[in-house]
Amino acid sequence: MLQQIEGSRAVAETVALCRPEVVCAYPISPQTHIIEAVGVMVKEGRLSPCEFINVESEFAAMSVAIGASATGARAYTATASQGLLYMMEAVYNAAGLGLPIVMTLANRAIGAPINIWNDHSDAMAVRDSGWIQLFAETNQEAADLHVQAFRLAEELSVPVMVCMDGFILTHAVEGVDLLDQASVDRFLPPYEPRQVLDPEHPVSIGAMVGPEAFPEVRYLAHLRQLDALHRIPAIAEEFLTATGRQSGGLVHSYRTEDADTIVVAMGSVLGTIKDAVDIRREAGERIGVLGITSFRPFPARAVRQALSGASQIVVLEKAFSIGHGGVLATDVAMALQGTNCIIREVVAGLGGRPITRQSLVALFYKAAQGELGALLFLDLDMDVVDREVERMKANRRSGPSAENVLRDLGVTRGEGALS
Amino acid sequence: MNQRPFAITLDVGSSRSNHTGSWRVERPNYVNRLPPCNNACPAGENIQGWLYEAESGDYEAAWRTLVEENPFPAIMGRICFHPCESACNRVQVDEAVGINAVERFLGDYALEHGLRLPDAGPATGKRVLVVGAGPAGLSAAYHLRRQGHHVRLVDSSAQLGGMMRYGIPAYRLPRAVLDAEIQRVIDMGVEVMLNHNVDDIEIERESGRFDAIFLAVGAQLGKRVNIPAGDSARILDAVSFLHEVADENPPLLGRRVVIYGGGDTAMDAARTARRLGATEAVVVYRRNQEKMPAHVEEYEQALGEGVTMRWLSTINKVDADKIVIEKMRLNAEGFPEATGEYEELGTDAVVLALGQDTDLSLLARASDIEVNDGSVQVAENLMTNGRGIFAGGDAVPAERTATVAVGHGKKAARGIDAYVRGATPEPVAKHALAEFATLNTWYYSDAERTQRPELEKVRRQDNFEEVVLGLTERNALFEARRCMSCGNCFECDNCFGVCPDNAVLKFSDGTYEFNLDYCKGCGICAHECPCGAIEMVPERI
Amino acid sequence: MTKRPVRFYQVGSFAVGNRLLSDEERTVQSDPDRTNSIDSGHRACQGCGEALGARYALDAAMRATNNQLVAVNATGCLEVFSTPYPETSWRIPWLHSLFGNAPAVATGVAAALRVKGQSEVRVVSQGGDGGTVDIGFGCLSGMFERNDDVLYICYDNEGYMNTGVQRSGATPPAARTATTDVVGPQPGNTFGQGKDLPRIAMAHDVAYVATATVADLHDLEAKVERAMAFRGARYLHVLVPCPLGWGSAANETIHVARLAKETGMFPVFEAEYGVVTSVSKIRHQTPVEEYLKLQKRFAHLFGKNPRPEIVAHLQELANRNIARYGLIDREETPAARHASTSEEPA
Repeated sequence: MLQQIEGSRAVAETVALCRPEVVCAYPISPQTHIIEAVGVMVKEGRLSPCEFINVESEFAAMSVAIGASATGARAYTATASQGLLYMMEAVYNAAGLGLPIVMTLANRAIGAPINIWNDHSDAMAVRDSGWIQLFAETNQEAADLHVQAFRLAEELSVPVMVCMDGFILTHAVEGVDLLDQASVDRFLPPYEPRQVLDPEHPVSIGAMVGPEAFPEVRYLAHLRQLDALHRIPAIAEEFLTATGRQSGGLVHSYRTEDADTIVVAMGSVLGTIKDAVDIRREAGERIGVLGITSFRPFPARAVRQALSGASQIVVLEKAFSIGHGGVLATDVAMALQGTNCIIREVVAGLGGRPITRQSLVALFYKAAQGELGALLFLDLDMDVVDREVERMKANRRSGPSAENVLRDLGVTRGEGALS
Repeated sequence: MNQRPFAITLDVGSSRSNHTGSWRVERPNYVNRLPPCNNACPAGENIQGWLYEAESGDYEAAWRTLVEENPFPAIMGRICFHPCESACNRVQVDEAVGINAVERFLGDYALEHGLRLPDAGPATGKRVLVVGAGPAGLSAAYHLRRQGHHVRLVDSSAQLGGMMRYGIPAYRLPRAVLDAEIQRVIDMGVEVMLNHNVDDIEIERESGRFDAIFLAVGAQLGKRVNIPAGDSARILDAVSFLHEVADENPPLLGRRVVIYGGGDTAMDAARTARRLGATEAVVVYRRNQEKMPAHVEEYEQALGEGVTMRWLSTINKVDADKIVIEKMRLNAEGFPEATGEYEELGTDAVVLALGQDTDLSLLARASDIEVNDGSVQVAENLMTNGRGIFAGGDAVPAERTATVAVGHGKKAARGIDAYVRGATPEPVAKHALAEFATLNTWYYSDAERTQRPELEKVRRQDNFEEVVLGLTERNALFEARRCMSCGNCFECDNCFGVCPDNAVLKFSDGTYEFNLDYCKGCGICAHECPCGAIEMVPERI
Repeated sequence: MTKRPVRFYQVGSFAVGNRLLSDEERTVQSDPDRTNSIDSGHRACQGCGEALGARYALDAAMRATNNQLVAVNATGCLEVFSTPYPETSWRIPWLHSLFGNAPAVATGVAAALRVKGQSEVRVVSQGGDGGTVDIGFGCLSGMFERNDDVLYICYDNEGYMNTGVQRSGATPPAARTATTDVVGPQPGNTFGQGKDLPRIAMAHDVAYVATATVADLHDLEAKVERAMAFRGARYLHVLVPCPLGWGSAANETIHVARLAKETGMFPVFEAEYGVVTSVSKIRHQTPVEEYLKLQKRFAHLFGKNPRPEIVAHLQELANRNIARYGLIDREETPAARHASTSEEPA
């Protein structure tokens, strides 16, 4: 039933339809509304049987989920930013133990400086943890991805993180068509754990593994993610059949058929990018968009296929590996090895800096002119940077100037201040 | 359920393929050590063994274990001076286990329930002459019958028992008990000849009727000393005195009696004199209490019954109604020296309790049997120089107690058995002593010894009723359970429980085994074994 | 007292077994068919107190729950020596996740069992002192505060032994560890630091808190059984000597634990809903020296340059425990009378 609903609420309602048995929560913005809503449903008895556990930290939240999942319960939690980092050890552990936990990540910047607004730094920080990471473009997709996430997680015994942009999606009220219980029940069978703590069939879960088997354990985990590359589109296809809705999958292409330039991005910013692309298309530029839904596993083949016709790829991402550059861009570059594609990295929206259609239109224009450098910070305030660089010069006797640093990174003056 | 994850999830039992026994540099070993009580028992009783049975309340089994070595528990439980208790390791925890009291309880239990000694062994056709029906002779007869030999037991007295009857007063050993336990031995098929003197051992030897002879003639002659005495002075020796009392023909002593000597016989004589009506019974002894050979229980009983002591005194002269005493002092070596100070003491009779000698006139013609200092010389197996002639009890050099004599009887029987079968006696292998340091006494409950009840003093004045009474069943059980089972496993499960590697196997019959596949040799089992029944021995690496 | 009354027998109530007791009265450990929750072949050091304590506690928990038990384990010696791939020593369902999260994982397990209606299956969470009083403390406190149906067992060997004997919040004052070396004017661990977790647990008003040692099996088993009679959060703190970390002889593990109790260094008691309900009295009071001298971690207090003032300080701490918990009945034995004189303030 289509309704105007807050993104967090839509996710909460959908998670409840998935019949989670243990939900644990520690509040952190911008995840709070999701977990509050689930809590209310449990307390009201609308979601039952379900244990809702108010824990003392995110570390405990993931740990409770681990215990619950290992005991055969469908476990769910949600977090963001610092919370994800605080539970980081348990995040890796859940994946290592192969426990099909589903977690919503309301993407948010990481401090210091403390910042509650959206970017993808948190998700990038755990990209190597072994979790499947799916990025939602809209609240409809965010809601739908949770149903698919449980299905995928439990099929493969791998935890799945559904990433949705903090505030931009979580707190946005828009039209979402919520599924009904019967549809979800048809799509998502009861959890059949691959391993479980059972007094009748005792096993030891969580052994210490040394050099003699550790690489194999890791490689097997990798194989499971490669499996996921097949299962993710298949499940999305099934979902389409069942609901008539296109949600999930590995990648989504938009107007790429004849594109010379393709913009690659993840999450809600795809909507703005599509609008900007539409404007540039009207101006006659051959430009398209590739949205990546599955960041882990990274669908290199699908990406390469989708980008194969283009000569220039602009990877626009809300994260930045300090001292290196884009994170998604690196993965895209790997996927395009051996092609003649030029890759341009654009870092945008850090700490919630708005990514405006206007900026994007200007950016794409410049791209069409072949004027983009290797790495660009969208809408960087160079006056501020200049002042700080000067101040640093005055206080430091030696060492590379900030300007030199930027040059080393392939950023030349003037490119940063594109607006 | 799907396949479990590789390496991360493991199946039960998989660690058992890791044999940690290879870490071991020492291995535990179950041992039996000799409990100090057993070691000290002159009769060689397996005290720890029968206490173990008694602990579970199986008194018959306990008694059967006991009579394997000694057929007289009810007697021993009354008259033995229990060196076992002096040796008992429990002394170092609180007080010795009341072994003697439990032994008596078991003896009385057997009499009350009419338990019979084991049957005699299948007849061997060998004949043994036992001369003297005291504790040594009776004990030898018992063991010889069990071995299947024919026994002729002869004694010059009218009744069996030797010094147990004629030396020990009835208030210490009631005659009913004595008679019953002796009769049980005789019932095994012992040929008895009483009032029969063997005057010359050569006659018996030459007769060829016996394959072996055991001399258990005792020490029946009271020692005399030369004391100037007036014509009407009344001087008796304690052995004769007690013998006459035992024959219910007590001599007249008068009201004031002096007993000369400081041994148990002196105490017996003094206490007997009190019971016969003496208002004063004074023990005169040339040394002090510390040097007195009498056992402290006997001494204390005597004091309790009104016997008085004159320490450091010798009798110089005896007259009709008084004696003269010279005071002594101990020199640096602890020997008494005369002081030249004299004192008179009014007295009606003097009983000499200065020790006993053995009447060995029957050996006059047996020149091959060596006699030294009034004692028959014997080898380890108690055989004299005369082949086939054994000797034991008070007649050989040893401590003169009934228990020693019982032990001699057993040892002689073993020697005779080997001799008549033409075998060399098997040396009895002895385990190492279970010393206190090998125990871990933490595990034993704090439990103070149960005291035996005693007959009220006022009721002892004029009769020979038994003074020290027996334990109730409950008390005997309690006392038995105080035993620490030194050196011998009593199935406490400690080793089974305390092993961090589950490397001790426990079987349903109460035995254990080390599983050396997994034992790392930490030694906790040995350290925590309450009774020291586990030792650690180096691995040969 | 939660102890089963044992009739007086040769070994009283102190040895593991007693052939004269009925089967019901015997300890779990004396049963030839006990679970052996932690099986042979584990790689604990010789004389490991923790391996022993874990088997004692879990076997008792198995009996108390009719074998319906699940265990969660923190990282540490116990985890490492029991489950090196490809061999596990656990005969019960067992889960290891991380060092600091065992109480929270157990919360999850308990929640799953509850939601699945398997309330007969009970949860034990366990770890060493580092995993309990330090890194796992937040999760433990949370578990207590929520009153989750978990028995948490801390096997306290007073330091980080798995990583090579470093100080934890449970390391006693003056003890040598790799991070509190015996150098400088205050050798060993600092006085006035450390956490008393049983009392902190009591402050959470959980149903049951108890301490025990591997030296008194009967007491330990009775406490596990008692703990299993409650629902909600419970805490059991078991002292388990570590021959490696303490520098004690491998065969003296139980002996050392016994002395920890008999000196008053480690008070043994139990509490319900925040109130002490019973204490294990000291049986033969022993000066702390006798406990300390068995351990090389205290060797710097003796020998060539003895530090009697530090020993006296430790004795004061023991005396404080004795007074706080009433570990000695004043009018009891001459030994107790003697001991009490040294306790009086000068």
